[in-house]
Amino acid sequence: MTDVVRTGFRPSRIAIYGVLLLACLVYLIPLIIMLITSFKTPMDIRTGNLLAMPTDWTVMGWTKAWSEACTGVQCEGVRGFFWNSFKMTVPAVLISTLLGAFNGYVLSKWKFKGSDLMFGMLLFGCFVPFQVVLLPMAATLGKLGLANTTTGLVLVHVIYGVAFTTLFFRNYYVAIPDALIKAARLDGAGFFTIFFRILLPLSTPIFMVSLIWQFTQIWNDFLFGVVFASGDSQPITVALNNLVNTSTGVKEYNVDMAAAMIAALPTLVVYIVAGKYFIRGLTAGSVKG
Amino acid sequence: MEHTQRRPAGVARASSGLMDGLQRWLPKLVVAPTFILVGIGIYGYMLWTGVLSFTNSSFLPSYDFVGLAQYAKLMESERWLVASRNLAIFGGLFIGICLLIGVVLAIFLDQRIRQEGAIRTIYLYPMALSMIVTGTVWRWILNPSLGLEKLMHDWGWTSFSFDWLVNSDFAIYTIVMAAVWQASGFVMALFLAGLRGVDPSIIRAARVDGASLPVIYWKIILPSLRPVFFSSVMVLAHIAIKSFDLVMAMTSGGPGYSTDLPAVFMYAHTFTRGQMGLGSASAMLMLGAILALLVPYLYSELREKRHD
Repeated sequence: MTDVVRTGFRPSRIAIYGVLLLACLVYLIPLIIMLITSFKTPMDIRTGNLLAMPTDWTVMGWTKAWSEACTGVQCEGVRGFFWNSFKMTVPAVLISTLLGAFNGYVLSKWKFKGSDLMFGMLLFGCFVPFQVVLLPMAATLGKLGLANTTTGLVLVHVIYGVAFTTLFFRNYYVAIPDALIKAARLDGAGFFTIFFRILLPLSTPIFMVSLIWQFTQIWNDFLFGVVFASGDSQPITVALNNLVNTSTGVKEYNVDMAAAMIAALPTLVVYIVAGKYFIRGLTAGSVKG
Repeated sequence: MEHTQRRPAGVARASSGLMDGLQRWLPKLVVAPTFILVGIGIYGYMLWTGVLSFTNSSFLPSYDFVGLAQYAKLMESERWLVASRNLAIFGGLFIGICLLIGVVLAIFLDQRIRQEGAIRTIYLYPMALSMIVTGTVWRWILNPSLGLEKLMHDWGWTSFSFDWLVNSDFAIYTIVMAAVWQASGFVMALFLAGLRGVDPSIIRAARVDGASLPVIYWKIILPSLRPVFFSSVMVLAHIAIKSFDLVMAMTSGGPGYSTDLPAVFMYAHTFTRGQMGLGSASAMLMLGAILALLVPYLYSELREKRHD
């Protein structure tokens, strides 16, 4: 429809660009504030203001956030928690995506009696507020000896992520013609052969969507982290929250902001490198349904 | 959410033989783990929480049934009422403002804007951040002495004062600000995708009839985007009901419990205050709220599909 609306006159064009650029500033300013504050000295923070450039640029905030800042009782920075988040996120993302791919394949190409019901159950599972499963899950993890472990968190993220990944793959595979699968079956190809030889080569985009969506979701999760992990097994989001809320000593906002940047960097990098797939994942659940 | 009813591609004509029997069971075997995990992890646990909400569980689950006593207690709890009222304020403002900003930005971005891709990237990046990060930053920006207030003082507006973050009457609005900042770009993306799907010939015809551009948008284009509107509301309401991280990072529910949301209430009572029964009851009411939104939404979705 863009060709229809080119007939705006000058003042309105300027107004439109004005509003759009103002909005850009509003969205960018918190990131800018976070960055410049993280490079300031505590002195600078007290004398300057939010948007003042640092008089002395220093990485003190970053090194302290990384290896010295207190996150509750211990004062070893967020380093360990940052790696916890990786140890939790990578397996959870891979397992939930693989499960989702196979589920989506079955629910679109190998339907059986009850498969539509199962799909409906998974769909509904995307909407359930996690508060209704927290307590029984905590009890179960305790019984299994997985309470406060990274393995426990991986399990939890797989269970509550697989509904989304299945939805992604199922909706993607539904659009691939059944004739293709039928022909392969007549040639004697089996369940796995068809998947690996025919569907998998076509699946790169949806794998990207699923991997990136899951990575962002799991990395950014706070609820499961704060409920199911404690001390050494906490993910970075929980550690960041503890660091910011630790009330001992003088508040060091440069350290807070540096820690926030550290927690934000992995997902920001993913967004900048593969934003296209991130947006597709965001809209997949709501526009197409 | 579309249910395309196609015939199963493979299972059509099963001939005999061991391999074929295996082939018939394979699909079910492959989905079985998910079926079991989700069946227990979502549906089983939902029931379990439901059962706990009828008991007087405190620090540990117990199975002394007390009927609806926990729900009655919840309704009388001042803190729960504050949390529910906050959800109404937060949800209403968050959804309303996000929609407004999202629609305006989407329409403006749809006017053959140079560098559209870059601008879109900027609008949407907050969605990639954790709410804990967002909360940490906004908490710093709104810091009553060193934040926005100091900035305005330095810029010459010395009478400016802004203490909403620590003012129990206004703290909930600071949560709205941060949440809108994070999610409005997402609404923009949804509407922009919707606008790109509008048939240009309709607009051309309206212009030939002499309608002005604002009128065309208001009378023709926006009404045709009703489905996008509904799904945006659905997603935003879902975010609002589950909101927990942002409150924990910005105010931890404070000052007092003035910024409690149901999710924060549930967490506090279940995991730190040893009132599992009450916490479970609050979780069930949250589920009820989601269902009240979800059922009409799915119903209209399915009905629309049938009309197509």
